Amino acid sequence: MGIEGIGARVARKEDRRFITGAGRYVDDMVVPGMKHAAFVRSPHAHADIKKIDVSRAKAMPGVIGVLTGKELKADGIGNLICGWMIHSKDGTPMKMGAWSPLAVGSVRYVGDAVAIVVAETKGQARDAAEAVDVTYKEKKAVTEAVDALKKGAPQIHPEAEGNLIFDWEIGDAKAADAAIASAAHVTRVKIHNNRLVPNAMEPRAALGHYDRGEDHYTCWTTSQNPHVARLVMSAFYNVAPENKLRVIAPDVGGGFGSKIYIYPEEIVCLWASKKTGVPVKWVADRTESFLTDAHGRDHVSEVEMAFDKDNRITGLKVDTIANLGAYMSLFSSCVPTYLYATLLSGQYDIPAIHANVRTVYTNTAPVDAYRGAGRPEATYLLERTMEIAARELGVSPAELRRKNFITQFPHQTPVIMNYDAGDYAASLDAAMQAADYAGFEKRRAAAKKRGRLRGIGMASYIEACGIAPSAAVGSLGAGVGLWESAEVRVNAVGTIEVLTGSHSHGQGHETTFAQLVADRFGLPLDSINIVHGDTDKVQMGMGTYGSRSGAVGMSAIVKALDKVEAKAKKIAAHLMEADEGDIVIENGALKVAGTDKTVPWFQLALAAYTAHNLPAGMEPGLKEGAFYDPSNFTFPAGCYICEVEIDPETGRTDIVQFVAADDFGNIINPMIVEGQVHGGIAQGVGQALLEGAYYDGSGQLLTASYMDYTMPRADDLPSFKVSTSNTPCPSNPLGIKGCGEAGAIGSPPAVINAITDALGTENLTMPATPQKVWAAARAATRH
Amino acid sequence: MYSVTYHRAASLSDAAKLAKKDEAKFLSGGMTLIPAMKTRLAAPPDVIDLTHIAELKGITVSGKSVTIGAATTHAEVANNAKLKAACPAICHLASHIGDPHVRHRGTIGGSIANNDPAADYPAALLALDATIVTTKRELAAEKFFKGLFETALKDGEIVKAVRFTVPAKAGYAKFPNPASRYAMTGVFVASGKEGVRAAVTGAGDDGVFRSRPIEAALARNFEAAALEGVSVPSDGLMSDLHASAEYRANLVVVMAKRAVMAATG
Repeated sequence: MGIEGIGARVARKEDRRFITGAGRYVDDMVVPGMKHAAFVRSPHAHADIKKIDVSRAKAMPGVIGVLTGKELKADGIGNLICGWMIHSKDGTPMKMGAWSPLAVGSVRYVGDAVAIVVAETKGQARDAAEAVDVTYKEKKAVTEAVDALKKGAPQIHPEAEGNLIFDWEIGDAKAADAAIASAAHVTRVKIHNNRLVPNAMEPRAALGHYDRGEDHYTCWTTSQNPHVARLVMSAFYNVAPENKLRVIAPDVGGGFGSKIYIYPEEIVCLWASKKTGVPVKWVADRTESFLTDAHGRDHVSEVEMAFDKDNRITGLKVDTIANLGAYMSLFSSCVPTYLYATLLSGQYDIPAIHANVRTVYTNTAPVDAYRGAGRPEATYLLERTMEIAARELGVSPAELRRKNFITQFPHQTPVIMNYDAGDYAASLDAAMQAADYAGFEKRRAAAKKRGRLRGIGMASYIEACGIAPSAAVGSLGAGVGLWESAEVRVNAVGTIEVLTGSHSHGQGHETTFAQLVADRFGLPLDSINIVHGDTDKVQMGMGTYGSRSGAVGMSAIVKALDKVEAKAKKIAAHLMEADEGDIVIENGALKVAGTDKTVPWFQLALAAYTAHNLPAGMEPGLKEGAFYDPSNFTFPAGCYICEVEIDPETGRTDIVQFVAADDFGNIINPMIVEGQVHGGIAQGVGQALLEGAYYDGSGQLLTASYMDYTMPRADDLPSFKVSTSNTPCPSNPLGIKGCGEAGAIGSPPAVINAITDALGTENLTMPATPQKVWAAARAATRH
Repeated sequence: MYSVTYHRAASLSDAAKLAKKDEAKFLSGGMTLIPAMKTRLAAPPDVIDLTHIAELKGITVSGKSVTIGAATTHAEVANNAKLKAACPAICHLASHIGDPHVRHRGTIGGSIANNDPAADYPAALLALDATIVTTKRELAAEKFFKGLFETALKDGEIVKAVRFTVPAKAGYAKFPNPASRYAMTGVFVASGKEGVRAAVTGAGDDGVFRSRPIEAALARNFEAAALEGVSVPSDGLMSDLHASAEYRANLVVVMAKRAVMAATG
């Protein structure tokens, strides 16, 4: 490792532009003749559209066009789709309701787009949007998934009777039932996983530009995967054929999953640009973000975990209802199924598992993947259950976990996953030591003297990243492959551009990916540029989500680098009249091992392009591409320990210690990894203590601003104690597992386990707000 | 935001003249009005900025009498050395309003004229039995604060200053709303010659109010221990997503205790 190579704590190259205001986001983009759009949105959660009168709006100052769903349909623009087919256990395909980019006939949640107004200024567009007269006939709404399944609940889509989208199962029900029937102890828990709003710092935005001269469209959009956006918009939404559509995702200010999906606005802006003859820009305001960004989580589950007389887990049965909101977002179906139930074995050797999952339409914002996507739901469910089981069995939560850990690898779980490597006890030990677990009771006693309730809780999580291989996910219903592409272009003077199909929206790829290249050729970081986010530059890619960019995206770069290195060595061997096998690359030069013969890298590159003296038959140039399709998921795992103090008078919870011991496999840049863990824990603590999206009975979002939606702030969090103890991932060339979501996955159960430990009651749901903790503390002392 | 014309008043008479415009609004920091305008919930055609009027600015401590100009920012109140010596509780209160941006923009006059039911200053002024000096009259705080976002101010009437007598002891404690960090319940207690007053903000469903059970207990003994076992009714308290009336009733007592501890600390 050099000072800038693999394993080095290099400061992020991209941060200079971000923190000096020089970043270029969609809202910074200006195209000649560009105008501004505002969307008319439904104020009702459920209603039929009786009439849309745009005449008053059209006459407003500055208005260029007002367009509705009727015109959109007339132009053949398609409905939004969910790209992962799930079949119910009776074999029927999921019941996908129609989602028109502009509503036709009915609206199904507050914020549903009904019309677009294009005007000279943003203010004029908004003024005119308010002047669009929509006559609605309101209908009864339902917002809770459990209620939507009840008889007599409002019917939301004609395609999905009783609002049930699918009723899916995984595992062996008979085996799980048998384990429960013959168990020495069964722990039964009801789990509620709260609904969250993603809250990326940059709101969603789209700039659609139709070029009449070229008959070509360009879309600048806040996307985590511009290539998928192009593919879906051309293949399914009929916006334009792929060769006539360029999608650019420039600097993007956070996504957390919410910017994976294709939303109505980018489709409508592209279409509206052609209809009105002007480039059309839309930027969401914060209220629109709250209302229309795909929300996360929102599960209710019943769990039964069976133990034998030695406290070994013999079976697990889970029944989950997942709220998918008013429409099926792009990957909404795989989150509560293959990204969730396949992780229900956790770190434990569980011989029998069965999970049943019902997904449901409600009159709420669509729900899709949010940092962790399914794995936080599985982890919260399992780790709450383990902690409760330990308390019921009267054994140490750490020892109950340790007793049930998987210790032999590879390990085939009863729910598809084949764990390739891991050392769960190592993480547990590291976390317990860092947390001074043994000294906790002393700290608890000291806190009691101060009138505070102190508690400790842990969570041993496992997750699956780098979802793959493509053939396997295809067989499970995925509409796309999950490989990644890379192209390494060595310029004639030896500087390098790396084109990647991954997309960076905060992850630091411009630094870590460059470190990989610097390491390989011994070049300075500054001579390497990472290019991403533009379908005209990068041919194809699958984007960034699911902690895949290290394990999959960088592996593709490794493959391309291998090819570049092989060709460079051939040229070097030819130039130095040596055997190809004797060429080594050191400190920016190609050398003949054991001699003083050397060709500097820049000279080698120049030789490749002057082509004056290449090996016979070799093509000029030094540029190679690769596609990488992993052979397996990767399995990051770890142990988190949280310690809290509660003020019983107010219910306020202070996190006084938070320890994270992770196994991420090999690490390229420890500083960036720590940053990912810090951010993930902040979001996990947010879910556990602070964040919750609430609708009222009529379907109005009560938490539609920061006045009511509690984002984690710096003073809600302690300094984290993070460490890693790594087992390299055997399934990719770098041994990387991924770290982007672990913090958000492992922390919520650790926090709630700590609070319930302090209170002596399990009766507490997330977010554990002061009011809830106060009430739980009172109820617990009354008992 | 809808389009709006901004006027900077140079004097009170200038402000009075400008205020004759239809539906014009006074702006004194704009910490509530500007966000409301940005979300299109308020749409005044004209705003008249009062914060550059010299006679509305500044803090005077004269013997036991304190006068704070209406356009004095929270940061100025928080950091005024003379005021800190006379009545540290109000400086402490001001230092915990919003964030640094709010404290350097928001003013005491703007805050009390808006009378947000979760604002901090109304509790202080009510507990301190302060006098509100306007362009037309002088009013006791008790008469000034009328209800949710409602005051005794008439059209065109401007708050010039607030005045109060330094109490023997005073303290403020609030429990912030986790999201907005406005007071979910805040209690200001003051003990002086005229007795004990305890005013509660953030909790009442009709805005700031005096808590008689708290005052009665503290009148007997101005110590936190005097509030052990005291409860206040949850009737008339707000109930929302973040706090039920019952929880707020608990917080009134707990915050009162902590305010007394701060006052006697």
